Order: sequence, then C-alpha cells, then structure tokens
Amino acid sequence: MKSISYDTAPGRETHMSIQIRNLTKSFGKLTAVDRLSLDIEKGEIFGLLGPNGAGKTTLLSMLAVLMTPTSGTATVDGNDIVKAPLAVRKCIGMVFQGGSLDNLLTARENLQLHAKLYGVPMEVREQRIAEALELVELTSRANDRAGNFSGGMKRRLEIARALLHRPAVLFLDEPTVGLDPQTREHIWSYIKKLARAEEMTIILTTHYMEEADLLCDRIALIDRGKIVALDTPDGLKRRMGGDRVKLGCAKACSAAMLARIKKFPFVKSVSQEDGQLVLVVNNAPKHLQKLLKIVGDVEEVHVLPASLNEVFLQYTGREIRDESAEADMQAMVSGPGRHR
Amino acid sequence: MSSLEGVLAVWWREVVVYTREKERAISSVVTPLIWLFAFGAGLGASISVAGLNYQSFIFPGILAMNVLFTSMFYGMYVVWDKKLDVLKEILIAPQPRWVAFSGKVLGGLTICAIQATILMAVGALFMGIEITPLSYLSALAGALLFGMGSASLGLFIGAKLNSPDSFSLVMSFVMWPLFLTSGALYPIEHLPAYLQVLVHVNPMAYGVDLVRGALLNAWTYGPLLDAGVLLAFGALFFWLGKSAFEKMNLG
Ligand SMILES: Nc1ncnc2c1ncn2[C@@H]1O[C@H](COP(=O)(O)OP(=O)(O)O)[C@@H](O)[C@H]1O
Ligand SMILES: [Mg+2]
Repeated sequence: MKSISYDTAPGRETHMSIQIRNLTKSFGKLTAVDRLSLDIEKGEIFGLLGPNGAGKTTLLSMLAVLMTPTSGTATVDGNDIVKAPLAVRKCIGMVFQGGSLDNLLTARENLQLHAKLYGVPMEVREQRIAEALELVELTSRANDRAGNFSGGMKRRLEIARALLHRPAVLFLDEPTVGLDPQTREHIWSYIKKLARAEEMTIILTTHYMEEADLLCDRIALIDRGKIVALDTPDGLKRRMGGDRVKLGCAKACSAAMLARIKKFPFVKSVSQEDGQLVLVVNNAPKHLQKLLKIVGDVEEVHVLPASLNEVFLQYTGREIRDESAEADMQAMVSGPGRHR
Repeated sequence: MSSLEGVLAVWWREVVVYTREKERAISSVVTPLIWLFAFGAGLGASISVAGLNYQSFIFPGILAMNVLFTSMFYGMYVVWDKKLDVLKEILIAPQPRWVAFSGKVLGGLTICAIQATILMAVGALFMGIEITPLSYLSALAGALLFGMGSASLGLFIGAKLNSPDSFSLVMSFVMWPLFLTSGALYPIEHLPAYLQVLVHVNPMAYGVDLVRGALLNAWTYGPLLDAGVLLAFGALFFWLGKSAFEKMNLG
C-alpha cells in the first residue's frame, strides 16, 4: 500500500477536524492501534470499518481521552489529546458501544445529568433537552426509566444525550450493533438528519458494510490497528474493479464476441463459467445495455454490486463479518458482565 | 461554578440511584439488624460489658460496621460501572476527575447517613438506647468522618480492580480484619498485647470509639484523638482515591 505523506503540522489547518499522527496503543504485547495517521475534515461523516478487535474502540477511546496513547498524538478540533484533554472533552460527544445509560434514571434525568456535567447553561438546558427528545422521538417517554426502553430506544436516547452540549465532533461507536434491521434503519435516518442539520463532524465505527456505505463520506478500512485502505465508498468499490455481471447466454459466445467485449474501457475482465459469461464491470447499471447488444439473447442476467466486503477481503484476505463478530453480538445480548 | 455543579450532579445521581435500588437499600439495613438482634441479643443474654448490656455495647460497633460495609461496597461498585459504559459517560465529561470522585464520596456518605439514621431510630425505639438530638448528631458526624475514609478506600479499590471477581478477596483481607479488630464486638482492654497493637493501628477502632462515645459516653481514645485519626485516614484515602480516578484508563 502507498504510504500517505502529511505536509502540515497537526493543528495548523483550520478545516481539519481531526488529525492523527502515528497514534499507537499497546496492551502488553498486543498492539491494538498501530502507528495510525489520519486526517478527518470538518463536517465529514467518516467511517472506521473493520472486524471485531480491529482497534476501532481503542482508537476512539484515545481520541476521547479515555485512554492515553502509548505513543503518537492527535488533535481534535485543534486541541491536543495529550496536552489539552479538557479542551478535547468539551468539543466532543460520544455514543459508546456498550450501554452507558443509567437504567434507574428516567430519560429526562439521564439528559439532565449530562447537561449539568457538561455545563450546559441553565437558561437553555430544558429547551435543549426538549429538542433532543423531539429529534429522537422520545418526548412521550421522557419520564420513563431508561431501563424499560428497548435497545433501539436506548441508542436513540444516547444519541440525543451526546448532542446536548452541541459538540463539534460526534463519535458513534458501533451505533447499531445488536439492533434489528428495522431499528437500524431508524437510527441511520437520525444520523443522516444530524449530518444535514448541524455543522458537525461525525466519526462512526462499524463492522456493517452496509452502514458504512450508506452513511459515510469517506471510509477507512481498519485491520489489526492499521488503516489498510481509505477512500469514498464508491472509490473503494472502484478499486475492486467494479460490479460483477453474470449473463446466461442462449448460445456459446464466439471468440470475436469476447474480444469486442474486452475492448470496452469499462470492462475489467471477462471469463466463462459453465455457459455463463462472467464480467467485472465499472458501473454495471449504466453499461449493461451496450453489453447486451453484443451478446444478443440472454436467458438470465445477474448484477452483483461491488461490496465493501469484497474490498476488505482483497486488502486483508479475511471476511469482515467473521465468527468473532457474531460472538460479540451474542455477548452484547446476553448481558453486561460478559461484554468484551 | 461548573465543577461544583458537576459534583452536585454526580452526588444527586448516586442518591437517586440508591433510593431506586430497593434490594440494595433493604438488605443494607436488614443485615445490621440481624447482627444486633441475633448476635447481640443471643450472646448478650449472658454477658454485660463495661456496665452496659451487650446489645447496647455493640450497637455503635454495628453502626460503624454498617458504614464500613455499605461505603466500601458502594465504592467497589464502580467496577460494575466500568464494565458497562456508565462510568465512561461521567468521566468523559469536561470536568476534572476529582469532580466525579468527590460526587461519589458525597453520595456514599449520604447513603451511610440515611442508614445510620434508620439504625439509630431502631435502637432508640426497640433497644432502649437513649438517643438525644445532640448524641444523634455527634454519632452521625463520627460515622461520616469514618465513612469518608472507608468510602474513599472502596472507590480506590474499585478504581484499581478490573473485575468483581476479587471482591471476596477484599472482604477476606480488608473488610473482615478491619471490622474484627475494631473493638466493635468486644472491649479492647481485655485483649492480649499483640492484638491490642492491631486495634491501635486500625482506623475503624477510632470510628467505633467516636460513635460509642457519642451514644454511650464510653471512650477508649477520646473524641480528639478519634477525630484526628479519622481525619488523617479520610484525607489520605481521599487523596489516594482521587489519584486512582485520575490514573484510571477506561478501555
Ligand atoms: N483494556 C484492554 N486491555 C487489553 N486489551 C485490550 C483492551 N481493550 C482492547 N483490547 C484489545 O485490543 C484489540 C482491539 O480492541 P477494540 O479496540 O475493542 O476493537 P474493536 O472496537 O475494533 O472491536 C482487541 O484485541 C482487544 O482484545
Ligand atoms: Mg469496538
């Protein structure tokens, strides 16, 4: 992989929200985050996509000054995480991977506690709490204990809480892990709404490809504490070569036909597998017509869009959704004591 | 000031959570009552100590025991908060770490005060212990002076531990020894010399003495020495606990 060079010193560039330089965290022999460097722009939704144990939470924990780095440094909104921890904390909001609500407090009380700890001025406190509850559609449940909420409601309340002090940077650690698909889409719509409404940088970690693809402006694929690829979702998929197209031809393809197909600039490769023509094509939906014109009659057409999973596979030789990810979901479901 | 507001916010949180955790609240009052009635009345039927019936004699000691166990478990409870991300949510706030620590200590002391009040009410109503407003207040002050040190000690241990598995070790090697060598259950004058040394270096002995003196006017060390030792114990562990909170890395 090409190494990225950084010309500017951290903190200089004002349009940068986060600048990470050679950040490292070791736990004994294990290096959870390994000399990682990264710039994140203001207003960006940035995704850290990687399997369980890749070091995503550790990276966020250092940026949120919950953990001191073993070496290296980073700035958040211009504040150095080692030298100015309090300034960093003031400008960030965080939604943790595990449950972080007080189950015995009501939704409103949870928000009140946060507002007091973050010094949200008394005059605007109640109004902001009301707005935050409104945003995540929990107004009618404001006086119910958080312990009685479903997983999705809890997550929504946590997001609302993280916004009370109007952070410049919002960290979301696996915001939809363990939630059912419908609730997950619900949360996604809040995140999108936020990104539009506020001038906020959002950094989210996930091991769901779909989530990163759908929400993020840019994605870093992270594996064993290192960034293995960094690009826009489309850019990453393009590196894969493109979409996979399978055409079940009525009759066998002639060599001349194959040669003509290969000449298209958008066709990356062509092969034949038991009567089917398998192509890797850039932006298949757009170019399908031209292909069909040459091939003639087909009995079936399959288009498999390029997925980040394949990109990840290509860069690391491993699937992103492995058993340990499933095991983690189990642990999340079966209770607090066993998480991690 | 926002730091003061932070302390008050954490304090408020601790007290509200305590009042809603019915099981914890009930068991922490019932346990000392069992000691008083089963142990005190059972053994006490045949014994009198220092001119007092045995149940009255151990009453201040059980009150101090309740402070010790309640505040230390309360402190070690942060191990659970650490397992969930509840503690992170408080510690990530733009407040110095002493804010969360002080709020927790205040919360622990408030819980101890509530329980000590309940116990003293039971003592006055059902055990014939004479309690005046003044003796109530001085016994409460003594209990809290000791509680400051033991709550800080519990928080200190909680900040250092990574899993609740070691709770029973702390019970065996810290809590029971502190309790059993504090003179809570017997007068220390009759102990062999080497055991007396253990009592004299045990800060809880001074807490028991202060509470017993306040309620029964029976002193071993006297109020000044008691208060002095307890203040030193409290200050030392408050500082150690605060430093442990500052060093705590949350993964
Ligand atoms: N406090 C800790 N002590 C020891 N090892 C840790 C700690 N936190 C994380 N790790 C290890 O660091 C690696 C990265 O963990 P983590 O950052 O939680 O990954 P992710 O969030 O990507 O799943 C894992 O191997 C994990 O076991
Ligand atoms: Mg994680």
